[in-house]
Amino acid sequence: MLSFDRRSSVRTLNGVCLLLLLLALLALFGADLQVYPVDPWHELGRIGRGLLLPAWDDFPLLLQALGQTVAFALLAVALAVPLGLVLAMLFHWRGVRYLCAAVRSVHELFWGLIFMQLYGLGALTGLLAILLPFAATFAKVFAEIFEQQAPEPGLAPGPRVRGLKRYGYTLIPQAWPALLSYTRYRFECALRSSAILGFIGLPTLGFHLETAFKQGQYSAAGALLWAFLLLIATIRYWLRPRLIPLYLLLALWLLPQTPGFSNGGYLWRFISVDIWPAPLRAGDWSGTLAWYSQMFTEQVWPGLVQTLLLTQLALLLTGALILLFYPLATRALAGPWLRWGGRFLLLVLRSTPEMIFAFVLLLLFGPSGLPAVLALALHNSGLIAFLVANASDAEQGSRLTRPDDPRGLLRYAYLETPRRFPALLAFLFYRWEVILRESAIMGILGIATLGFFIDSAFEEIRYDRAMLLIAATAVLNILVDSLSRRLRALARTDAQRQPGLIDPPQKRSPKQTMTRNTEPQNG
Amino acid sequence: MTQPPVLFRLQGQSLSYGDRPVLRDIHLTIRQGERVALLGPSGAGKSSLLTLLYGQQAALSALYPQSAGLVDLLSAYQNIFVGGLERFGTLAALWNLVRPLPQARREIEALAQTLGLEDQLWQSVDRLSGGQRQRVAIGRALYRRQPIFLGDEPVSAVDPLQAQLLLEHLLAQHETAVVSLHNRQLALDNFQRIVVLRDGAICCDCPASELSEQALDSFYAEELSAPEASADVGPQGMIPSC
Repeated sequence: MLSFDRRSSVRTLNGVCLLLLLLALLALFGADLQVYPVDPWHELGRIGRGLLLPAWDDFPLLLQALGQTVAFALLAVALAVPLGLVLAMLFHWRGVRYLCAAVRSVHELFWGLIFMQLYGLGALTGLLAILLPFAATFAKVFAEIFEQQAPEPGLAPGPRVRGLKRYGYTLIPQAWPALLSYTRYRFECALRSSAILGFIGLPTLGFHLETAFKQGQYSAAGALLWAFLLLIATIRYWLRPRLIPLYLLLALWLLPQTPGFSNGGYLWRFISVDIWPAPLRAGDWSGTLAWYSQMFTEQVWPGLVQTLLLTQLALLLTGALILLFYPLATRALAGPWLRWGGRFLLLVLRSTPEMIFAFVLLLLFGPSGLPAVLALALHNSGLIAFLVANASDAEQGSRLTRPDDPRGLLRYAYLETPRRFPALLAFLFYRWEVILRESAIMGILGIATLGFFIDSAFEEIRYDRAMLLIAATAVLNILVDSLSRRLRALARTDAQRQPGLIDPPQKRSPKQTMTRNTEPQNG
Repeated sequence: MTQPPVLFRLQGQSLSYGDRPVLRDIHLTIRQGERVALLGPSGAGKSSLLTLLYGQQAALSALYPQSAGLVDLLSAYQNIFVGGLERFGTLAALWNLVRPLPQARREIEALAQTLGLEDQLWQSVDRLSGGQRQRVAIGRALYRRQPIFLGDEPVSAVDPLQAQLLLEHLLAQHETAVVSLHNRQLALDNFQRIVVLRDGAICCDCPASELSEQALDSFYAEELSAPEASADVGPQGMIPSC
């Protein structure tokens, strides 16, 4: 595959980039990127007008949509954190690790679709859909945070102090700031997840947004979008630790009711009967084989291929957009005032869920892969460019700054971009897995990725098909995750070779990773 | 006989970072053609003084800051090229990142030869040793091609013999030079004028011919014999001003 030149980091990174470029070029041939002959500019004008002139008249509806969005996110995170913490303490068990990897690899929306079959469109469905994948992610990241803590305080109580006592007295207090900051970041992600659960019918923001867009009420949609962005931008002002108990009570009260048509027997039937193909249940082996091979050639393989192709295109476009966007938000390149414009742009891009971008772009370009690729690239580049710009600002005035550093475009090309590039690539690989998961669920909007087949299977009440497709999505996700970890290690060794000034590059332990709270994973 | 024009003039200059004074009441005049070595214990304000001087003659100075400010991912060639950026158009400079410009390539290859970097020229500088990185940064200053050299410990990471050769080369290429050093012998051998800083103030400014290594040592030695310094603490902040 790649040969890594030990003499030049830049050649290694260029090799990785070249590989990404080649994959994306190959994907260009296979992906369905057709623009359907709708008149996008007229519609785009109307949407633009709606966004610029939002209608705030239906205020109660707006408040209800936002309230329920926050309620789902808050309750789900409140339950997922303790669950994740417990799992993190058990993370040295292989079974727990595998279980978490499997649960994480299924997107919130797919969990939503599964639980909808069991519990209908109610509170329980929405809560579980966010709670499960979030708890699994918390488990993994918390375990990583624990691993990064210095071992010395853990030695003090002696070797016989284990388990909860050990965590309670050493690791958790030690890791507290990191745990807290990651939880805060994940709450923002939960708000986005909660919002897009509306696309499968829960009464959160996505539902109202979809309705408004489909009816062409772009001003109402504009108000919903702006309100959501405002909500996310002001999290740190309204999410006060002391107010959280009050918020939780409010959230319980705000949740929609769960229809009572479900019972334990139904769940058992779902697991033991509904999700297995009929020939398998009948013990007909040749029929089972035929069923699986037919499913594979007609749905799994085409869905998988489209999902992967769109992912690779989106990944490359994300990288290109980061390089375009990040200078706009840096003090060194955009200046102290203009950078606020750039930061606002990046805030809008990273706060708006991909699904919402995709939904709007679908109205413009028709149901092909193009809207999905654009939406994924816009959201993810906004997120990463923000972190890259912050890293650049943090370096301002540090020992590395020289008074004769070049300025403007040349500073961008000769100084900022080369210094930021290793971290940028590492961030991009962190998001790879997320982009894959997201491009699979884009299918729910009618793009021919795995989500399309999954959504159709649920609509036709063919749970056996849906489960097979979800399992295939999960396996693909786990594969990409492990590959991305390897590529990241490659980019990281170079990112970690922090400017050693005149000293020779120092050896660092592999445990040291980038500051955890800025890690844009699993959004 | 008329004296050469004054390039740098500081009159009663003071400087502090926050509450911490770093330079106090500095009077210094440097004329064209002078070779000045800056000596003094670490933390005495040498780097701050050089930054002040750079501000007075930015357009004519080739700077070597202590941190070197190299860009890790770029090759030694590109890092040296940054010194000459203002002589090339923007488009040419951008193209140079893709393919080295033939003219710059010839010039920098010749420069690398004198610096002993010919084998490292196309490696990214994060893979180079401390001494090699230092020579790359010197290459960047040389490629600025200015009449004044302002260097902050430019030869601290190379062996004494190499340090002498590099310093000779730097002084031959620049008409005027102000260089901070920690090696006193190097300063005495290569410079006409020596300025010693202590605790943010100039405590000695005289021709090198009037000084010996022992005399210079005394400026450093006092701090060690001071009672507080025996407590195994760094020398900063506890030296009586001279």
